[in-house]
Amino acid sequence: MSRSGSLISIHNLSKSYRVGEVTVEALRGVDLEVAAGEFLSIVGPSGSGKSTLFHILGGLTPPTRGSVSIDGVNLAEMSDAGRTNMRKTKVGFVFQKYNLLPTLTARDNIAIARHIAGKPLEHDAWFSEVLDLLGISGRLDHKPRAMSGGEQQRVAIARAIVNHPAILLADEPTGNLDTKNSDAVLNVLRGLNERLGQTILMITHNPEAAAYGHRIVNMRDGQIVY
Amino acid sequence: MINKLVLENLKHRPVRTLLSVLAIAIEVTMILTLVGLSRGMLDEAGRRAKGVGADVWIRPPGSSAISFSSAPMSEGLLKFFGEQPHVTVATGTIAQPIGGIDTVTGVDLDKFSRLSGGFRYIAGGPFQTPDDILVDERYAKQNHLEVGSQLKLLNKQWRVCGIFESGKLARLVLPLARLQELTGNTGKLTQIFVKLDDPKRTNEMVRAFKQRLPDYAIYSIEEFTSLFSVNNVPGLKPFIYVVIAISVIVGFLVVFLSMYTAVLERTREIGILKSLGAGPRYILSILLRETFVLAAAGSVLGILFSFGTRWLILEFAGATLTAMITPDWWPTTTIIAVGGAVMGSLYPGWKAIQQDALEALSYE
Ligand SMILES: Nc1ncnc2c1ncn2[C@@H]1O[C@H](COP(=O)(O)OP(=O)(O)O)[C@@H](O)[C@H]1O
Ligand SMILES: [Mg+2]
Repeated sequence: MSRSGSLISIHNLSKSYRVGEVTVEALRGVDLEVAAGEFLSIVGPSGSGKSTLFHILGGLTPPTRGSVSIDGVNLAEMSDAGRTNMRKTKVGFVFQKYNLLPTLTARDNIAIARHIAGKPLEHDAWFSEVLDLLGISGRLDHKPRAMSGGEQQRVAIARAIVNHPAILLADEPTGNLDTKNSDAVLNVLRGLNERLGQTILMITHNPEAAAYGHRIVNMRDGQIVY
Repeated sequence: MINKLVLENLKHRPVRTLLSVLAIAIEVTMILTLVGLSRGMLDEAGRRAKGVGADVWIRPPGSSAISFSSAPMSEGLLKFFGEQPHVTVATGTIAQPIGGIDTVTGVDLDKFSRLSGGFRYIAGGPFQTPDDILVDERYAKQNHLEVGSQLKLLNKQWRVCGIFESGKLARLVLPLARLQELTGNTGKLTQIFVKLDDPKRTNEMVRAFKQRLPDYAIYSIEEFTSLFSVNNVPGLKPFIYVVIAISVIVGFLVVFLSMYTAVLERTREIGILKSLGAGPRYILSILLRETFVLAAAGSVLGILFSFGTRWLILEFAGATLTAMITPDWWPTTTIIAVGGAVMGSLYPGWKAIQQDALEALSYE
């Protein structure tokens, strides 16, 4: 984790989507450096390209132009299979809502992430600490519909980091939660960052939530504004 | 882990799961019932032929074991066969179709008894008046006949004089001369049975008869019963194939629809799996396993159902139809069902791989 320089380097990143006859410029020349161990908040209006940035970082979609490297590996040079592989171990996603597989228990939702990565679910000291920190140890045998939104989101966080990803990408993780549950989730993220050194990028609309980060980045019309 | 997800998914939509399994089960039952019916009928015909007790079986020129030629043989041939060496009895019968696949057979009871030991009567006994008819046990049971019951056949009322144990020659028996006269076939026979003093001479005698009567269809009983096979019934094999094809198409469509809706319904779940790093192979393997479970469960249920359809056939149509349980077809039907189901899940699987997961994940 203590590499000198940046964990994430983004240079002149652009992404355009073709929607019928129209080309939508979701990102237009983004430059961003994120250090290992950083907790970064990204804010900005709807449609400013925040999610698109995450999807590129997570390898869910390829960039159109520019370079993105995570841990020294350039995403632009990767194949589809390479990017799928990267998702198994390099990045963990947490989305706004309905993050969990509804038919599986919390424990199995976490286990399947390990299984996809080709590893057994081991309850080592590190993972026990994570579960304690998240406060979900007692809820593992419940299915999502028996859990509150905040609990579901914390299980999703546990699942996102169970493979020790270099970065955790949280796209409006508190967007659907009440204040109490939001605070619980935000505290968990801060705890993961401070106690385990997890690098976190979080998109949010809420200024109070953004304040949990070490640094706040503003996005507008596909660009970062300072 | 995948298996757990597959089972949970199947449990999550019990009605969908049940209907898919049921449809595949019906597919399997349809095939097994048809095969069991064909085999059962042929086997039954073969057993009744054996029950006659003849060593050599003679049919008119141009006929086969399964079908009669329209031109019957002359009764005079009985004299010819009676005079041949090693022949102890030669007798003939005439068969008259009475609609459907049923026939009534005219028999010379005295000579037939010397051939086969005669019918074994469960109730009543041989003919007493010219209007008497003999029926076998199964025909009696299905048509609720007892000794003394009336039966209309060939535009005439008959009195049931005896009920005999099934499995010998025929289901409905009239006196030979009476049936010949009624159908305008006096002096004619549709088949001739010959019993030898030593069954080991059968092949030798068949060869000798064929030399003397080259146009006639002459079989040893072994040969004759071996002809009762699916291959020798004209059109039966194509018919079975058509039914199999229709069954497979039905199974294919049901699984296609079932998996297709499952994929549409699970857009978000598939997106979650992709975001966790699941590649195309992982996604496909989930869907294929689910399909496999449906097809396997459907096959087992279909095999169980085939016992039910056999019971129904015997219970309600036992006089004309018989069906067998055909375990040698179980693997085949299972492979057919699984194959059709896997084909049905290919497009949904491709759709799942192609589906854009991002929209489902990023927006409400
Ligand atoms: N898969 C897509 N296809 C077409 N257009 C897209 C797609 N994803 C995002 N966009 C467009 O790109 C722009 C940026 O979207 P997004 O990154 O979701 O913004 P944000 O997360 O900041 O609300 C929007 O105009 C959006 O409509
Ligand atoms: Mg967004």
